[in-house]
Amino acid sequence: MTAIAMVVNGREATAEVADRTLLVQFLRDTLHLTGTHVGCDTSQCGACVVHLDGKAVKSCTLLAVQASGAHVTTIEGLAPAGDLHPVQAAFREHHGLQCGFCTPGMIMTAVDMIARHDGALDEKTVRDELEGNLCRCTGYHNIVKAILAAAESTRSAGTPLAAE
Amino acid sequence: MYETTYHRASSVADAVRIAGESGGEGKFLSGGMTLLPTMKQRLAAPSDLIDLRHVPEMKGIAVDARRVCIGGGMTHGEIAESADIRAVAPGFAELAGLIGDPAVRHMGTIGGSVANNDPAADYPAALLALDGLIHTDRREVPAADFFRGLFETALEEGEIVTAVSFEAPDASAYEKFRNPASRYAMCGAYVARRGTDVRVGVTGAGADGVFRWSAAEQALTQTFDPAALDRLTVDAGLMLSDLHGSSIYRANLVTVVTKRAVAKVA
Repeated sequence: MTAIAMVVNGREATAEVADRTLLVQFLRDTLHLTGTHVGCDTSQCGACVVHLDGKAVKSCTLLAVQASGAHVTTIEGLAPAGDLHPVQAAFREHHGLQCGFCTPGMIMTAVDMIARHDGALDEKTVRDELEGNLCRCTGYHNIVKAILAAAESTRSAGTPLAAE
Repeated sequence: MYETTYHRASSVADAVRIAGESGGEGKFLSGGMTLLPTMKQRLAAPSDLIDLRHVPEMKGIAVDARRVCIGGGMTHGEIAESADIRAVAPGFAELAGLIGDPAVRHMGTIGGSVANNDPAADYPAALLALDGLIHTDRREVPAADFFRGLFETALEEGEIVTAVSFEAPDASAYEKFRNPASRYAMCGAYVARRGTDVRVGVTGAGADGVFRWSAAEQALTQTFDPAALDRLTVDAGLMLSDLHGSSIYRANLVTVVTKRAVAKVA
């Protein structure tokens, strides 16, 4: 067991965890932040994507102890309760989800993608960068549309999208 | 995943010390993009994990004239986005940007990939073609001596890849034919040209791991054009064969993919 401390969605979180605990288990089972999903558990599907010090990572392929000392943002931390982050709003507006299971990971990947490219995205880049996120419902079309729309609105607003 | 004990190393010396104390059952953890999935499948069960992500000496990219030195702890994402590397060896940066997906590139490191020497890993092809050096905590090993077969390297027990370095070529490019599901290379070819001298490193296809395709190098040294490879064939007996592709299929891929890489350089 190891004592860990990290900042999750702006709040200090401390716990004693078994060293083999995955970050996603810690987020879901200890902190009850169940918005982060486990789809495949083999780092293929991206449903578990969160931000570690501002970068998208797969929380099923990271130990909680590795994240000790870091800032973690999950889907719950993107916007204040009751509000939607611009990317969440774009997913709703453009029907970028059906069953919704992959959506938290899609949105965390999209926020990271838009921030890294300063909002300057084209369809090919978006599709390439969604490489690590699987969706079994939408055929990706509306997800891509939502991300492009969110990127465009960030550029015109001139405000950074990153939650961190 | 079986139980394990996590340690966070603060320096290379610290990591070596902890590994020594683990009695040979510990493993170094860099980005963990291969090691952690392997542990989750219970195919690896190290008693101790020695995290190298917080070792300052293994960070950084230094480009001095045409000499490129990349810390073992640098991630694929950092390498792909490095303006310094792009300026002298854009093909190498492009290769890093083709590994896994963005989230994997944020964690996975060049040191970890080189130490693991997966037969479908991308960097080994480039480092062979670039005549690179693998720097460890105790020596420097030329890439040609370092990569020894499937998942096999010149690394000794407890030895750490701290950096890699190479001289930027006049021109180079990487072409990768990806498995449509895993996105690992079914064949990847790195072609580097210095004057008329040409080197070709091939990954993903060889039954004994990464290799230099010397027949192609000779042909391309005479005429640097994809057509120079038209008459060459690769011995299928030396290629990997698995459910993703037979050795005959892979032997053909080597030619096709290398030609595309040459076209990118030319």
